[in-house]
Amino acid sequence: MSKALDVAMLIAVLIGLWQALNWYAGDVAISSPYDTTLHLIAQFERPRFWLHLAESIKAFGYALAIAWIGGIGLGVWLGAHRFAGEVAEPIVVALYSLPKVTLYPLVLLIFGLGISSKVAFGAIHGIAPVALFAMNSVRNIRPVYIKVGRTLRLTPLDAARRVLIPAALPEIATGLRLGFSLTLLGTLLGEMFASQRGLGFMIVNAIGLADTKTMMAVTLLLFIFAGTANAILLAGERALHRRV
Amino acid sequence: MSQIHARLAGVTRVFPGSAGHGDVHALGPVDLDLARGEFFSVVGPSGCGKSTLLEVLAGLQTPTQGAAAFEDKPIGAETPEGVGVVFQEDSSFPWLTVWDNVAFGLKRTALSGAEIETRVRDALAFMGLKDFHKAFPAQLSGGMRQRVCIARTLVLRPRLILLDEPFGALDQQTRLLMGDELLRLWRETGATVLLITHALDEAAMLSTRVGVMSSRPGRFIDLVETGWPRDRDSRIVADPAFGAVTARLWSNLRGESLKAMGHA
Repeated sequence: MSKALDVAMLIAVLIGLWQALNWYAGDVAISSPYDTTLHLIAQFERPRFWLHLAESIKAFGYALAIAWIGGIGLGVWLGAHRFAGEVAEPIVVALYSLPKVTLYPLVLLIFGLGISSKVAFGAIHGIAPVALFAMNSVRNIRPVYIKVGRTLRLTPLDAARRVLIPAALPEIATGLRLGFSLTLLGTLLGEMFASQRGLGFMIVNAIGLADTKTMMAVTLLLFIFAGTANAILLAGERALHRRV
Repeated sequence: MSQIHARLAGVTRVFPGSAGHGDVHALGPVDLDLARGEFFSVVGPSGCGKSTLLEVLAGLQTPTQGAAAFEDKPIGAETPEGVGVVFQEDSSFPWLTVWDNVAFGLKRTALSGAEIETRVRDALAFMGLKDFHKAFPAQLSGGMRQRVCIARTLVLRPRLILLDEPFGALDQQTRLLMGDELLRLWRETGATVLLITHALDEAAMLSTRVGVMSSRPGRFIDLVETGWPRDRDSRIVADPAFGAVTARLWSNLRGESLKAMGHA
């Protein structure tokens, strides 16, 4: 109960700050919370908005699938092969730290202007943290669990399914959560720079037209989506960590 | 049926050296015959190869020379059926409840669900864990987690139980009480037990025989018969003969421990 109260208070403070900014800078710079909410609700009645939303969901869904599945696959493989892991780790860390915008011209030249470049840009944002956490999760599996598996005469498949994967899961979950946020960021950036569709494009287009209310409404929608998804993933991750 | 339940014959274990370092001769040659149903403890200085000896019997390590056998069959690169192992470290699985931890090894056997349930319930009751079957290991004390690990081995009804310093991380009082439980388990199952320990009093209290190992490479330098009755418990520590057994163990071990520390 007190947790729900904390969340409600945090939201109230954020809305208060937003309103204060609106009073300070005026509607031209930042629309008020009330106007933005009404404008967002109005967007749902416009067919064009649904097209943009569907485009973003599609691009983000593909990018997330690549980042999660590819990141876990790569990370588990690197974690299980010590030498390859030691060689690849600095490269993956460099990819993680590099401002990915510097790679965007390359992504565009390789994948063109369609959905592929947005998916690729989203995936390269998300894959590195997922791979790094998955790699460390495998490296950190306690050797005694592997010994127990052997003394209980588990087959290699059983050992992977019943011991190694559950042991690695809490750390992998942390990587998946970070990968989720960064993939969303990458996909939206991809839409903002070279796209004619999607919520990222809507934001950039609204900025160009000085349509503050649309820009804020789309941002609010993204904030709600990212915050809710992150809270759900964090709750799952905490449930896994609590047992360790 | 052979009276010798498990045997090590001329077993040595040499670990290949890493860059710049020579090979490490960890163990042996060691000869050991474990009689069926005996409680045998191994004491020795740190790093003398006690755990290596246990892992050879468990099929976790292959001897460099010599042979290991269980029930007259050679022990290869996998744990023989009928051998159960409990490790020093807490090896309970934190993602499973106490019940699922204990049932873990039974799930891939051909036993019926009802039989699995009976065995798990009995093992939990035996180890004093029946009120905690829904708990996760993180909610238990270190001693209770170790009991979960023992119960997980116990449900498989092993004929040879290998224990690698299972109480090493516990306080003295808990260790004495866990020792009582271990003796009860040994009496009621009739299993052969090999216990690795660094605690002389624990070895003296629990064992039928105690093997004293030298510093690395570990060999047996003395085998001490305790002569305790089968129905003993931790109160044996008050017996005057107990002091004589621990004194003999220590007189053998003192010089070896000094060698292991580089003082001799």
